[in-house]
Amino acid sequence: MADKPVALAQKRLMDVKLGQLPSWLGTRDFTPNGLLGSVRGGYERYFNKYINVKKGGIGGVAMFLAGYVALSYLWEYDHIKHDRWRKYH
Amino acid sequence: MMVSFFDQFASPVYMGVPLIAIAIALPWVLYPTPSSRWINNRLTTMQGWSINKFTNQLMLPLNTGGHKWALLLTSLMIFLITINMLGLLPYTFTPTTQLSLNMGFAVPLWLSTVIIGVRNQPTIALGHFLPEGTPIPLIPVLIIIETISLFIRPLALGVRLTANLTAGHLLIQLIATAVFVLMPMMPAVAILAATVLFMLTLLEIAVAMIQAYVFVLLLSLYLQENV
Repeated sequence: MADKPVALAQKRLMDVKLGQLPSWLGTRDFTPNGLLGSVRGGYERYFNKYINVKKGGIGGVAMFLAGYVALSYLWEYDHIKHDRWRKYH
Repeated sequence: MMVSFFDQFASPVYMGVPLIAIAIALPWVLYPTPSSRWINNRLTTMQGWSINKFTNQLMLPLNTGGHKWALLLTSLMIFLITINMLGLLPYTFTPTTQLSLNMGFAVPLWLSTVIIGVRNQPTIALGHFLPEGTPIPLIPVLIIIETISLFIRPLALGVRLTANLTAGHLLIQLIATAVFVLMPMMPAVAILAATVLFMLTLLEIAVAMIQAYVFVLLLSLYLQENV
């Protein structure tokens, strides 16, 4: 199966081959405006897929909150790791 | 290293960003703006309906001058309720356990109600210091008491919210530790403690919502007196 020739900059991340990854990263916009734009784009993708649907359920919000819990765990890990196998809490 | 139960109230810093910053910014993300469509998606519709109901209820006792405060009070309520409820998730940080944040909300808002009252209707605002129908010998004492009660309002507002949330989180952590430690030794007692923990969590959910509501309600009350 031959891929149609598409310019590297326009490919999505999942379609980029592993060897092309560094050059693909070179085409991305890492200025503050560019980062803001990609954050907004990510937010809109999530919002339009899980929240902005006619019969949205608890799943969209729940996934987001689970991600927030995971993020908080990451933030607190350095402090929490002292609780492992501790004799007196 | 001394690890105490109060360490959960210290905001951890990772890669230069304190967790409290993320925790304060999060409620903004959770309430998307309704689009310009006539009918929005189910979640946005529910959000709009509940906010409208709440604002209607809050504005009932206020006169037209007080309606200018609708946006401020409603957004404060949503902010506090979201922060309190998010703090009940595991590993998260609750910014409202910090006295600085709560006093930062309470003092300016209370002060603005007082200043509005003193500017627009100074006689009525001063008249609040003496309730109608007090016996004459009681007047001096009552004026002193009412003055003290006026100045203690911001302190009470801030400390009430802080103390309720801090106490709740502390209790949850204490009882959870007890359950963990007791599990290998006395499983029956651990199961009893786990039941207490479950009921305590339900209480905490209620307290989270109630405390936010009380904060905003009292502010609207102070506004009602003065506007």
